[in-house]
Amino acid sequence: MNYFQLFQVPAQFDLDLTELGTRYLELQRNFHPDNFASASERDRLLAVQQAANINDAYHSLKQPLLRAEHLLALRGVKISHEQRSFTDTVFLMQQMELRELLADILHSTDPYALIDEAEQQIQQQKKLLLKQLAYALDANQPEQDLLAADIIRKLKFFFKLQHELELIEQQLQD
Amino acid sequence: MALLQIAEPGQSAAPHQHKLAAGIDLGTTNSLVATVRSGEAKTLFNSSGDDMVPSVVRYTADAVQVGKVAQQSAVSDPHNTISSVKRLMGRGFAEIMSLPHKLPYQLVDQQGLVAIETAQGIKNPVEVSAEILATLADTASQTLGGELTGVVITVPAYFDDAQRQATKDAAKLAGLTVLRLLNEPTAAALAYGLDSGQEGVIAVYDLGGGTFDISILRLKRGVFEVLATGGDSALGGDDFDHAIVDWLQQQSGETELSHQSLRQHLQLAREIKEQLSSQASYSFVLPTAKGGLSLSLSREELDSLILPLVRRTIRACKQSLRDAGVETDDVAQVVLVGGSTRVPLVRSLVAEFFQAEPLTSIDPDKVVAIGAAIQANVLVGNKSDADTLLLDVIPLSLGLETMGGLVEKIIPRNTIIPVARAQEFTTFKDGQTAMSLHVLQGERELVADCRSLAQFNLTNIPPMAAGGAHIRVTFQVDADGLLSVTAQEKSSGVSASIQVKPSYGLTDDQVATMIQSSMQYAKHDMQLRLLREQQVEASRVWEAVSAAISADAHLLGAAELLEIEQALSELKQLSQSDDTAAIKAAIDKTNHITDDFAARRMDNSIRQALQGHKVDEV
Repeated sequence: MNYFQLFQVPAQFDLDLTELGTRYLELQRNFHPDNFASASERDRLLAVQQAANINDAYHSLKQPLLRAEHLLALRGVKISHEQRSFTDTVFLMQQMELRELLADILHSTDPYALIDEAEQQIQQQKKLLLKQLAYALDANQPEQDLLAADIIRKLKFFFKLQHELELIEQQLQD
Repeated sequence: MALLQIAEPGQSAAPHQHKLAAGIDLGTTNSLVATVRSGEAKTLFNSSGDDMVPSVVRYTADAVQVGKVAQQSAVSDPHNTISSVKRLMGRGFAEIMSLPHKLPYQLVDQQGLVAIETAQGIKNPVEVSAEILATLADTASQTLGGELTGVVITVPAYFDDAQRQATKDAAKLAGLTVLRLLNEPTAAALAYGLDSGQEGVIAVYDLGGGTFDISILRLKRGVFEVLATGGDSALGGDDFDHAIVDWLQQQSGETELSHQSLRQHLQLAREIKEQLSSQASYSFVLPTAKGGLSLSLSREELDSLILPLVRRTIRACKQSLRDAGVETDDVAQVVLVGGSTRVPLVRSLVAEFFQAEPLTSIDPDKVVAIGAAIQANVLVGNKSDADTLLLDVIPLSLGLETMGGLVEKIIPRNTIIPVARAQEFTTFKDGQTAMSLHVLQGERELVADCRSLAQFNLTNIPPMAAGGAHIRVTFQVDADGLLSVTAQEKSSGVSASIQVKPSYGLTDDQVATMIQSSMQYAKHDMQLRLLREQQVEASRVWEAVSAAISADAHLLGAAELLEIEQALSELKQLSQSDDTAAIKAAIDKTNHITDDFAARRMDNSIRQALQGHKVDEV
């Protein structure tokens, strides 16, 4: 299913999220099962499935990583979820340093300073990669699409690091 | 400060179209029923003049009492008088036995489920709740002068699948049609916010008798989006009472309390709590084995007794704001729900945390029932111009057990429902022909720490090398938050599906047996009820397909149209008959013939929904 088509928005990475949200609510207003509370059983079931599709589509387009993956899938490029080794040594070094930084936080005398530092580095890298991703996807060329797939894999590592950082922060607060 | 108001101006459906619908707040301590009449949502009063019915059921040898009359026997007949049954809904026996506070009746293990030994034999929580629901529905149909078409029942936002399912089963047992299970805080927000034009983030702080819920909602253009829900399904005003009871026991030096004196202490504790909501200190006499003991408690002392409990609610608020991704500053309104929010310490700590004066203009005990009534009125079709969309989220993550006793999350909590998500798994042994699936709900990583919802097997997988089979497991959650799971091996098409209810719920058969065996439904009634159900469904199908034809006949070929029309006229004829099986067959036939048509219409209307939007913009 082409989610961009479903919401009638242009099939591109740079999306107007406000417009997407408006379209989404409009569709849900029509297809939410609540509209079918007195309908026949079959129609109620259809409505549940339809509303679930709409929710899933919205979920996938709202988040940049999932949106990029969907865009690539429509172009026939699949992101392999299996472990694939990275040849980019700069990226690998960066990951190792950030991991060490995260490991130090809980033992540090000033953990919040380290959190801020990690947060800043992660945000910076994410921003940079997202920019590169937008650029690669906009080109709409096979070799650029493969590059985009690579960037998505890298971004996932940063999103994961950010999640771990949040957990550490919570641990500190509790 | 701008107060939100119940706003349903000029709402009056033509009398012949008006269907009777009610909202039911099935509470831990009290339950209420409300309905919309002449455009206004109001709670309904029973023949004794009460709208708040204590959620208490008493079983005597030959009768069942519900509400105030049952509560009055709580002290004299503790074993047969069941209160706070909501705490037991959808729970396992072992789980309840591990709770810190002992319940004053005989609990028994009914195939892993908790049940209660009474003068009328073993009763499970679903049966007890059904008595309360039936009593409330009676009040409604007597006041409104007719049978209810449907009801909206509220549940704590935190209720898991088993607890929601148990609530729905109770309604079924009481002979009610459930239009929707609605989260309590969402209902409260509906009561305050609908059509008011108010926008922004709203925190609903609901401290009832037995549950605490905090919901962070966003109101935008009449749409309620639940950003996050949190809370504690085992924390409430009852715990305040228990804290006071503990204090009373310290004063009297009595270490063991009999069932009867525990009841007495609890009643006294409630009295103390209520008195201290309006006065600074309270003097009373505690009955003990050695006679009455004169005591007094000040509000400061009470505050220090319950402070740890209230602090726990504030911590949950903090967590929910974090989950919602909003700051305290973003919260525009705070709605208070539940009788326990009358406690001054609760109000002041909530106001302090959210830095906002909470909304209290609607009675915190009634606000949920009122919201449910408003939604019931919409769902039953009385409000034709309604364009309120109520988006809910799933309160707890759903997942599957994987290797090593770990849980793989399939649908994370706070995902908007309805939702369907699929995940692929594979076999890990050569020639493996079966796979066991264990469905879990909860946030923790280990299977042992999550709620087990169901276990089922996918068998007859064709033998292949390890990793060769691709098993696609699909979780679907409907708008009530109820889960169904299907599993399919892709290459062979072998499939298995389950309506998730076993581990902590009743099976469909058990519910059917309960309906049959209950005194309310003799066998003849049961058959009549089944016939009525099919007749109603037949007329729904007839109406829906007829409307579809008049709207979209152009989507049909001439032959298709003829076939459908024939099926419809057969259905219409049969729907008047008393042949349940024949009606059902005619419904199935009509559904089957119109499956393609329905799918085409759905696709078409999706396109139209957005095309309309574009035309508007131009």
